[in-house]
Order: sequence, then structure tokens, then C-alpha cells
Amino acid sequence: MCLGIPGEIVEILADREDLAMVSVEGVKRAVNIGLLEDETLVPGDWILIHVGFALSKIDEREAKASLEWLTGVGDAYTDELAALAESDIT
Amino acid sequence: MRFVDEFRDAGTARALATRIAALCEPGRHYKFMEVCGGHTHTIYKHGLEDYLPETVSLVHGPGCPVCVIPMGRVDDAIAIAEHDDVILTTFGDMLRVPGGRGSFFDSKAAGADIRMVYSPLDALKVARKNPDKRVVFMAIGFETTAPSTAMTVLRAAAEGLDNFSIFCNHVTIIPAIKAILDSPDLRLDGFIGPGHVSTIIGCRPYEFIAREHGKPLVCAGFEPLDILQSVYQLLLQLHENRCEIENQYARVVPWDGNLRALQAIGEVMELRPHFEWRGLGFIAQSALRVREKYAAFDAERIFAVPGVRVADPKACQCGEVLKGVLRPWECKVFGTACTPETPIGTCMVSSEGACAAYYNFGRFSRERVKEATRA
Repeated sequence: MCLGIPGEIVEILADREDLAMVSVEGVKRAVNIGLLEDETLVPGDWILIHVGFALSKIDEREAKASLEWLTGVGDAYTDELAALAESDIT
Repeated sequence: MRFVDEFRDAGTARALATRIAALCEPGRHYKFMEVCGGHTHTIYKHGLEDYLPETVSLVHGPGCPVCVIPMGRVDDAIAIAEHDDVILTTFGDMLRVPGGRGSFFDSKAAGADIRMVYSPLDALKVARKNPDKRVVFMAIGFETTAPSTAMTVLRAAAEGLDNFSIFCNHVTIIPAIKAILDSPDLRLDGFIGPGHVSTIIGCRPYEFIAREHGKPLVCAGFEPLDILQSVYQLLLQLHENRCEIENQYARVVPWDGNLRALQAIGEVMELRPHFEWRGLGFIAQSALRVREKYAAFDAERIFAVPGVRVADPKACQCGEVLKGVLRPWECKVFGTACTPETPIGTCMVSSEGACAAYYNFGRFSRERVKEATRA
């Protein structure tokens, strides 16, 4: 649970302003963006996701580096991705 | 891939290793603590100590949230889960953490309804779907995770959910660092500051470390070059007789943190007078509890938990490992009685724990050629 996973915003939900649809390793999930109220978020932006919440906006360079780091973590990352795939916070 | 190479280039690492070696004063030993379990992972995985002179050692700190949960709190959560009408929800990392009476996994096997969730918001959904059950979320983590729990409680309150509560075990990083600085066991020369925690709290809370304790701290990213760069910055400060808080991870960590997240924590939670940390004992004002205003969402007020302090198994030396006094392989049961498959202590359970990280990668890295001596 301690991991921060990068995801790319694909859609800001019009009817749920606290949620965005985000692509994480190709899988689309809803992520809560309530902690980034002060940021302007648009599709194409990268965010760091922790337990279903976007913690910070990051650039693509950092996102790619984080993904590489996570891949090196091994089981903890695959377990986290599996849990994320099961997650539905809408 | 060009993005990643920028943080991992071997030539840059060797150049940094040379500059690091040049800053070390002959005869002086340097000891830096990396507070965060994610950094520990990078250090072992990439064999970073092999890039450092023998006189520079990195010791691992208490920054793994699963590792610092005391056994008594695991027992308390299991006692809550044993109510017939309770569904206990938890992050997967907690399932195998041993309590005095076994783990969540054991309790689940014995019939308790314990479910793994990815997010506290998933727990909220379980509560909505099961109105005849009381759904409790086992909230753990440092300031990285506490805002998510707080936002979830605010959401539950807004929805008027009356069957959702949290068992709050959130801890705060600053008092733990302070306890280590006050401990006579360890002489440190500086800190590699945590990455994700600092995204929330920013860099200002660390200023006392430089001001009152005369130690530098550099907030670091998780890539191998981030960590080597941070060690370089720490040594440069010592060399120039400076003592400051620096932010090597400015590409993610804002100096002032995430104000919205801090507001959410402050709205829902307050500091406890004291809290027990595995290995570190009781530390004043080092953890969060639910404010009276949100008492309806506080499992500790709803359920009578035993609240018994349980001593760690005698063979387990997680406490010394968490304080950085012992290296993982110096523990008596490391790799023999205690392995990731059959953990005795928490440091071997979590992938962020120093023992699990060393078990998985350490032997590999120790066999690597000493880059520092080659450089």
C-alpha cells in the first residue's frame, strides 16, 4: 500500500468533480482527485496515485521513471496492480 | 527509455561515486539514515552501497508503516473483526503481519470476515453494499496515507453512512525521527528524507533537525541516482560546514507540501498523547486519532478493544533494525527462522521492510564489484 503509482488522466468526470478516469499500465480506473483541488488537471496529465487518491501532479519523465522503479519492485507492484484492478471507488 | 536512463546512467553513477569519495575526509566515518522503506528497496536492489566508500554507511530507518505497527494493535483489530456483524477491511500488506494471537490471515481462516481493499474508498463501498453489517477500515500509514483516510471519513459523513468506521493507526514521521535523534544508541551524520511523505508534509517540518540537532537532511527521489545525489549533497554540506534541509526531489515534493491534504487530516484527526511503535516503544504525539466531531466513524470508540500491550517475540530484533542499530543480516533469526514466507517480525513481512528488501536483493548486491574502489 505504500507505493505511489503513476497514471495518465484520460477523462475528468463531469458529474463527479472529485473523480478522474486514469489509465494505469493500460487499465482504466477511477481515481479520486480531491487532494489536487488547487491544480488544474486535464486529460494527458500524469498523476501519482496512492490508495485510490491522486497525491501530486508529475511530469511524464517522472512517470516513466516511477513505472520503471515499480517494475523492479516485483511482487509488491504486481499485487498492488491486481488490487487496483479490483478496486471500484466510484 | 531515454527518460529512465537519465536517472540510472552507470557513467553518471560512477562520476557521482568519485565526487562522493573526494568529499570524504580521511579517517572520518559517515552514517546516514534513509528514513523511507522505498529508499531501502532501491539501495539494496541496485547495490548502491557498492558505489560508496567503506567509510560511508547507510542505515535503515523506521519508514515502513506496516513494520512499525505493534502486535497489540493487530490483536485489537482482530478482536473487532471477531464480532459477528463486522467486516474488517484492510490493505493486503497487513494480512500476514503477526499479532500476539496470529495474523489477520489466521483470523480470516478461523471465520472472521476480513477483506482486502486497495483504497479506503473501496471499504466505503463495502459499507454501502452491506447496510446490515458494520464495516471497519484498518487505517495504517504515515502522512502519505492519512489524507486518503481523512477524505474517506469526510465522504462517509457527507453521505450519512452509519455503518462505516476506521480503526485509526496512522503515525507521523517527525516524532519518530526525533526519537531516533534522541536515542543514545545511534550517532548519525544526516538523513535521506522520505519522498512520498514529503509530498504531503513538505520540507518545513524537518527544519528542526538542522536547527536543533545540527544534522542535514536531503529529501530524495527513489531512483538510484537520486539517492547517490542525495548522499553527495549531504557530504557536501558537511564538507562546507553547512547544515540545511535540501530538496533533491523537487520534481515531486513541493516545499510547503499539499495544503489540501494537511487540511483534510487536521479536520478529521488529532494527535494522540502517545502511541506505541514496534521497536521504538511509546513516542509522544506520534500518531493520529479520530476527532470527537467524527466519533461516529471511530472504531476505537464504537468497539471495546482489549488495548493490551504485547511484547515482541524474544528472537525478533525488528526494533533494533527499525532504529538502524542492527543491519538486517545481523539479526539472529534473519534468513533462518525468519523469512518472507514465515516471517517472525514485521520487517520481513512488508516488501518495504529492510529485512525483506535485503533478503530479496541483498546477497546479490554484496557480491557486486566495489564500484567505489574501482572509480
